[in-house]
Amino acid sequence: MKRATPRAESPPPAPRSRTDNSGELLTAEDLVKRFEGVTAVDGVSFGVRRGEIFGFLGPNGAGKTTTINLLTGLARSDAGSMYLRGEDYTSNQKKAQAIIGVVPDESNLYDELDGFENLTFCAALYGTPRRKRERRANELLEQFGLTQAGKRPFKAYSKGMKRKLTIAAGIIHEPQILFLDEPTTGIDVMSARQIRALIGDLNHEGTTIFLTTHYIEEAERLCHRIAFIVDGRIIRIGSLEELMREHQRETVLQLAIAEAPDELVPSLRERFPAYSIQGRDERGLRVVSDGEIELLPLLEFLARDGVTVTEARLIRPSLEEVFVRVTGIESERMRQEREGKKK
Amino acid sequence: MNARIAFWNILRKDMTTYYLKPPNISWGLIFPFAWMLMFYLRSRTALDIRALLPGVVAMSILFGTTSMLAVTITFERRSRSFERLLLAPIDLSLLMLAKTGGAVVFGMINAVVPILVGSFLTDLSAVGWPAVIGSIFLIACTSTFLGLFISVAVHEVFEAQTFSNFFRFPMLFLCGLFFPIAALPIFIRPLSYILPLTYGADILKQAINGEGVLPLWVSFPVLFFFAAGLFAFSLYNIRRKWVL
Repeated sequence: MKRATPRAESPPPAPRSRTDNSGELLTAEDLVKRFEGVTAVDGVSFGVRRGEIFGFLGPNGAGKTTTINLLTGLARSDAGSMYLRGEDYTSNQKKAQAIIGVVPDESNLYDELDGFENLTFCAALYGTPRRKRERRANELLEQFGLTQAGKRPFKAYSKGMKRKLTIAAGIIHEPQILFLDEPTTGIDVMSARQIRALIGDLNHEGTTIFLTTHYIEEAERLCHRIAFIVDGRIIRIGSLEELMREHQRETVLQLAIAEAPDELVPSLRERFPAYSIQGRDERGLRVVSDGEIELLPLLEFLARDGVTVTEARLIRPSLEEVFVRVTGIESERMRQEREGKKK
Repeated sequence: MNARIAFWNILRKDMTTYYLKPPNISWGLIFPFAWMLMFYLRSRTALDIRALLPGVVAMSILFGTTSMLAVTITFERRSRSFERLLLAPIDLSLLMLAKTGGAVVFGMINAVVPILVGSFLTDLSAVGWPAVIGSIFLIACTSTFLGLFISVAVHEVFEAQTFSNFFRFPMLFLCGLFFPIAALPIFIRPLSYILPLTYGADILKQAINGEGVLPLWVSFPVLFFFAAGLFAFSLYNIRRKWVL
């Protein structure tokens, strides 16, 4: 039996008719996948808009990789539909594979081939003629900083280099949408930073990206929109702002001041009774409100008292806090899983 | 999408990275050469060489293809590089033809070695070459597709090797390669006729010595249907097991 998906509660869900999804490059509707009685993907629906980085955030076993497998043709769904550029490709995934690029969570290139050969071979799988694939392979080796390693066998690459070359292989045929499954898991910090920068660059060049990750910070930094997936079900979808706004129960303003007179906090409390005002130390103030905080009257009041404000910062809840609140999953658990995966 | 480019490059990569590696070339040369030499030293007659040639040719193809393909595909599945092929916009049957093509060619090259050795030791002028070439091709196909069938059934490389032997060694004795099927106990004989190599070896015997027991118009179609059946069944299993 098909189950209705708890689609994003924030922002208000967009109408699901095909004509209203013109901005979506990829659409999944009520996808279901079962393995021997276990429902790995349970009525998942979402749309990936052209030009965005769409993040799938969830713990191990949440159904992230299975969803990618369904969308890319490595698995068949038990129910639901998939659309690419508005065309249904549920029963003919081969049709879509020409414009899809996939980078799995583990490198899947050939140890026996060198970097250049791996790239040209992958391009050949998409029917690219020899000269074009050689030119493209050289371009990508340069773009990914692997020109020097181009003639070295893949098995001699470091983990970070392997991951970079696997990403290069995923985009060798210039796909319209790139699926990245945990792209920075298990690699060193420097390589992870480089890969995040590359993902950003690819997106700026126009590639739509579907990214799964354990790393909340990574999703926060890279993704335009994020879906929280737990136990095969999407429980929230939204942009970072939307997800934050929904869970921002109070407005917190932090002010850094040059020097505060002793009576500053009581006088502020008297002047602004709607706010809760705490003096953090002699150089800081924290203003908390259930509603909006009007900055200008505050600054004017402080200026009249001869207090110089050096910095005013609106404090938002982190994505990690939002994730924990929405999913009920301790972020620590994800962190442990991540560490476990590294080992 | 130019499928020919993909097909050719898969075939070429497998030939260069797996089949045409020095250990395989030396195995492909030494194995049939050693068998020919062993029988020649034992018999020292040209007649015996011609009698043994069909068996050695068939065996060289069988050993050169079945486990090689089973091992390479299982290895690629384990290393997940096979996933990359499944993600390419190539029809699955074309993809598997490209993957098996390298093994078929390798098997046919293996078959040439005993024929070349034999040509120095005996007169092969009366051999029916079209039938020999046709049977070598079909034996290579059935042996390769048997390897494909095995690779779909196993998960580990060592299992592929073991499972290959489970099929190959009984075939040596049951398919009339070195012992006539008529010499086998009567209750075992039906087993011989459900093994494809029986028909391939019989064509080779007919073409090389005129000693085949089945007419060519029976053996060729049967061998062809074995090849097609094994390929189709393997494709069915791949769709069922690998594209979950």
